[in-house]
Amino acid sequence: MLRYIVQRIVLILPTLLGVALLVFLMLRAMPGDITDVMFKGEGGSVPPEVIVAERARLGLDQPIWVQFGKWFWGLLQGNLGMSMWTGQPVAYEIAIRLELSLQVALMATLLAVLIAIPLGTLSALYKDTWIDQVIRVFSIAGLAVPSFWLGMIIILVLLTLFTWHPPLTFTRFTENPIANLSQLVWPALAVGYRYSAVATRMMRSTILEVLQEDYIRTARAKGVFERLVIMRHALRNAMLPVVTVIGLEFAFLIGGLVVTEQVFNLNGIGKLFVEAVTRGDNTLVQGLVLLVATTFIVVNFAIDMLYAWLDPRIRYR
Amino acid sequence: MSAVPGTPAIDYRVPKRRHAAATFVLQQPLGAAGLAVIVLMIAAAVLAKWVAPYDPLSVAYDNILARPSWDHLLGTDNFGRDVLSRIVYGSQTALSVGFLASILGSTLGASIGVASAYFGGRIDMIVQRIMDVLLSFPIIVLALAVVAILGKNVVLGVDINLVIAIGIPMVPKVARVVRSSALAVREMPYIDAARTAGFSHARIIFRHIVPNVTAPYLIMLSAFVGQAILLEASLSFLGLGVTEPAPAWGLMLSGSAIDFYQQAPWMIVFPGVAISLAVFAFNLFGDSLRDWLDPKLKL
Repeated sequence: MLRYIVQRIVLILPTLLGVALLVFLMLRAMPGDITDVMFKGEGGSVPPEVIVAERARLGLDQPIWVQFGKWFWGLLQGNLGMSMWTGQPVAYEIAIRLELSLQVALMATLLAVLIAIPLGTLSALYKDTWIDQVIRVFSIAGLAVPSFWLGMIIILVLLTLFTWHPPLTFTRFTENPIANLSQLVWPALAVGYRYSAVATRMMRSTILEVLQEDYIRTARAKGVFERLVIMRHALRNAMLPVVTVIGLEFAFLIGGLVVTEQVFNLNGIGKLFVEAVTRGDNTLVQGLVLLVATTFIVVNFAIDMLYAWLDPRIRYR
Repeated sequence: MSAVPGTPAIDYRVPKRRHAAATFVLQQPLGAAGLAVIVLMIAAAVLAKWVAPYDPLSVAYDNILARPSWDHLLGTDNFGRDVLSRIVYGSQTALSVGFLASILGSTLGASIGVASAYFGGRIDMIVQRIMDVLLSFPIIVLALAVVAILGKNVVLGVDINLVIAIGIPMVPKVARVVRSSALAVREMPYIDAARTAGFSHARIIFRHIVPNVTAPYLIMLSAFVGQAILLEASLSFLGLGVTEPAPAWGLMLSGSAIDFYQQAPWMIVFPGVAISLAVFAFNLFGDSLRDWLDPKLKL
């Protein structure tokens, strides 16, 4: 087991190196750089010396391999570099926005789990009845409705019913829990619907699969109450793939937030990402992509570990 | 032919063969409903010139933000453009980008998956690591990056670079699924036989392996059309996909639409309904196609 864990951790490193290299090269392949956006955006004329000086200051005049080496050396020391636009450390820019995005992601996950487990189970138990059909249509629709549009519709409804408008500033949970929750529950709902749909479908199909197993038949034959069969035997075993889906989707929520944060006017990681891309703030984009990729890889790893813990039959070698 | 006395008569009639399409409709009614919506949408896109009541680009400042009425069934936007006509023309963008991107993404992914499984060893290892790297980017992040790098390149009314940006994130997913199917096929005795017979790699791949992985390929392809439409809408919404004045569903929701929440809710309700309905139809069809072709395939 320990050997397996070490092996997995060792494999994470080349993947992260690949991500770092790929994102760096992709960004440098883009035509133009941040100085175009900084100085030529408003159509004003800036003396070429200023642009040359600025590019030198940002290190953009050096060969690409030198740039990569410098950035990567910093990375190895845990330094993500400075944002080219604000001049603040990338880690700082991310840190001040992470709390908000993380909270929305956690709330969406909670919503998704609360919706998916009962609905998926019901759908499987009442397979091919109207209950199943309604739940299936509800979950397929969840995959079809764009989260940003759902967010707009939520705002529209709240606006007409309660004249509620998305607040302009973020209230911390520790400052005012009610204001905080009433601000973030709606974006969480907008991204959580899709999330719950994915999990519901997974829940349904795994429960259906588990119900075919011999131990379910044995339990029923022994005369175990049907409720106990479902709760103790079916649900427990069906949780594994659902945990996987929930974990993987969690890592991708950051991506989903890119669009939803725009709608709800939230200053989180997603909005920062779009801003960084449109401004050509390469160091910031690199930092964000690395953050997301690392989350994904770590979550993936954690899921595998969780598997071994939840299911004693699995032993990694 | 006369039956031997004392034996029960044998029914020699060949069981009635139904056309594949007919069995699909009978066994998968939800999928057939999805297919019907898809066909309707394709018809609307092709015949947009005759279906749409107005020119989607014609601006009428004397009739801005008009409520839905008999003249303008879904109302008009802040430039006085007919919302229904823009939705009808928007289906051209959604369908062309959706189909092209998923064909590109799944074909590239399937080719990589087959090659990786067939050649195995070191090549497989390297290819899988690259796919791991691509998989650890969220789809929209990868698409955003590709859009930013490639810029715009419109050919015959379709932004090819947008198609590439939406197709690329699908590649590693298809490659995974097709690779695992191809790995199973590779172990079949007939592949060994073909190799012993001295056939070339190309012949073994195209004649023996490819036909056996078309089911997962088609399933992934159809499952991705809906996602591609959704992704195109998201990118256009962010202002990084299709750009004004072209009619596209995601674009109709972006920018100024948000400022007219109260005055003109139809501006944001209907384009979203169009996106959802289209993606819903493709998902229903894709799901049913999977149940029908290969119920065990996990996506």
